[in-house]
Amino acid sequence: MRSVAVARWRRLRESDLAWDFVRSPTAVLAAVVALLCLAGAVLAPWLAPHDPFDLATLDLADSHLPPAWQADGRATYLLGTDDQGRDILSALLYGARISLLVGLSSVALSVLLGVSAGLVSGYVGGVVDAVLMRVCDVMLSFPPILVALLVDGIGRLLFPQARDVLAFAVLILALTFTEWVRYARTVRGATLVERHKDYVQAARLAGVPRWRLLRRHILPNVLGPVLVLATIQVGQAIIAEATLSFLGVGVPPTTPSLGTLIRIGNDFLHAGEWWITLFPGAALVLIAMSVNLLGDWLRDALNPRLR
Amino acid sequence: MLSFILRRLAQAVLVMLAVGMGAFSLFQYVGDPVGHMVGQDTSTEQRERLRTELGLDRSAPVQFAHFVGHALTGDFGVSLRQGREVSVLIAERLPATLELSLVAAVLAMAIGIPLGVYAALRRQHWDAKLTMAVSLLGVSLPTFLIGIVLIEVFSVLLGWLPSYGRGATVQVGAWSTGLLTADGWRHLALPASTLAIYQVALLMRLVRAEMLEVLRSDYVKFARARGLPDRVVHFGHALRNTLMPVLTISGLQLGSLIAFSVITETVFAWPGMGTLFIQAVQFPDVPVMAAYLCLIALVFVVINLVVDLLYAVVDPRLRVRAPAGAAR
Repeated sequence: MRSVAVARWRRLRESDLAWDFVRSPTAVLAAVVALLCLAGAVLAPWLAPHDPFDLATLDLADSHLPPAWQADGRATYLLGTDDQGRDILSALLYGARISLLVGLSSVALSVLLGVSAGLVSGYVGGVVDAVLMRVCDVMLSFPPILVALLVDGIGRLLFPQARDVLAFAVLILALTFTEWVRYARTVRGATLVERHKDYVQAARLAGVPRWRLLRRHILPNVLGPVLVLATIQVGQAIIAEATLSFLGVGVPPTTPSLGTLIRIGNDFLHAGEWWITLFPGAALVLIAMSVNLLGDWLRDALNPRLR
Repeated sequence: MLSFILRRLAQAVLVMLAVGMGAFSLFQYVGDPVGHMVGQDTSTEQRERLRTELGLDRSAPVQFAHFVGHALTGDFGVSLRQGREVSVLIAERLPATLELSLVAAVLAMAIGIPLGVYAALRRQHWDAKLTMAVSLLGVSLPTFLIGIVLIEVFSVLLGWLPSYGRGATVQVGAWSTGLLTADGWRHLALPASTLAIYQVALLMRLVRAEMLEVLRSDYVKFARARGLPDRVVHFGHALRNTLMPVLTISGLQLGSLIAFSVITETVFAWPGMGTLFIQAVQFPDVPVMAAYLCLIALVFVVINLVVDLLYAVVDPRLRVRAPAGAAR
């Protein structure tokens, strides 16, 4: 087992992709920032200096404090506090956790859905293909944020009492609903090319069942563009989630994401309390930018035309 | 050409019917409208009578036909939240959104296209590279964050520009416009810039990429070989052919400007259709949602159609009867 892992690691280290990666300072920097954000979000309960959801530790006397380096700031609240005396840094770490959770799970779900639909559509063809692709056409001609808003609105209609878990599910589904189309399109195109290649014909002649053929033979060969798309979409999904939460239709206010924090802080902007909204905003931009840069790099690195 | 137009028209109608079906099913899911209308002590017979009067006892296809008929005349019923005609609500708010989107679109094209051409022609120079880096930031920033930062800088810190509302408006017939007063323009400045920034970044990246592609092509090399001056080659040959895809994207982006204005309007408390829609989603107010959905779909379908037809006008290959495979 161990030698297999070592061999895999060596293959990865000696690949073109790794070579490209270590020679691109932007990619390395973006990866480091993205990993730091991920670590900060995952380890939030251990890293955060305060628990922003523990009402017992909140003190209204500590509310509206500016960041530590300003005149009225206190060292215990490094980035200041909001109107309820919550520590911004802690809220931000927990918020990033929610944002990443929603972003990553919606991308995972839409990859699953989109890739399956694309494979079937491209391989089976015919009516299935025609119907699926028309659906994609219509969906692609609307801006994703509108579709997500709409699905979210319908979700609210269906489950008027949606709180917590259900609200999350609705949000993730709304994002998935807008994202899967792109994967379906990409995979369908790639499958159409692959299905006529000799190795697929050979496998078919050898009597490989259709499902196994799709999964074991075609799927690995169409995953390249999916990987690129997924990386870019993680950034998009996080921004979309933040936007929905900012508009007040995203995650429930009891578990604020970065977008919710920005919305709450927005009310205090005119009172000169910029830190409540701008720090979560900066965190959001940092995450989105680093993921976007990684996606850009991956696209260029995997594109043989640019070599 | 005629068959091309007819095919596109048929597709457009189909899409609108699909969207109408979606809007219609919204009404189906909202629960029992009769329950919304009557009190607790209404008897079953009274409920049934109301149901028959409203036509709710008829089959779904009949109801759908009814719905389409009313939708075609702009009748989407009464808002559940405000108790007023949805068509009136939307008509009140339409000018604000359209003015915002149009000013943003003009701004985006006036800045984005020249910047893209510049970045393509001087791509080895540091200033063009800097522009590209900034534009990457522009496409990565969420719209609402751009708005917040602009408010912080220009309203809170500098105090130059107002940050919410439309300011003074003038009534021209049924259309309330903010474009005729200085105050209206001052209020428009921040929201329009917010909406335009993403589009500027997008347009300039697109123009640059297209321009670079065209500059590599044979006929540009040939034009240079003929000894034509740079100005003629760049603007007569290259830019002309760059503008085709740019035209498409700009057209399609006009639709997403109207959609993105949902976010911008929320940030700046702009009294347009976007804020109306957000309130409807939060409430949830089905007639308003359905009407907005249909309206936006109509805007998109019309824009798509116009872009397609413009293509046929601009691209001579589509004008003559194209051999199979040569057309798109």
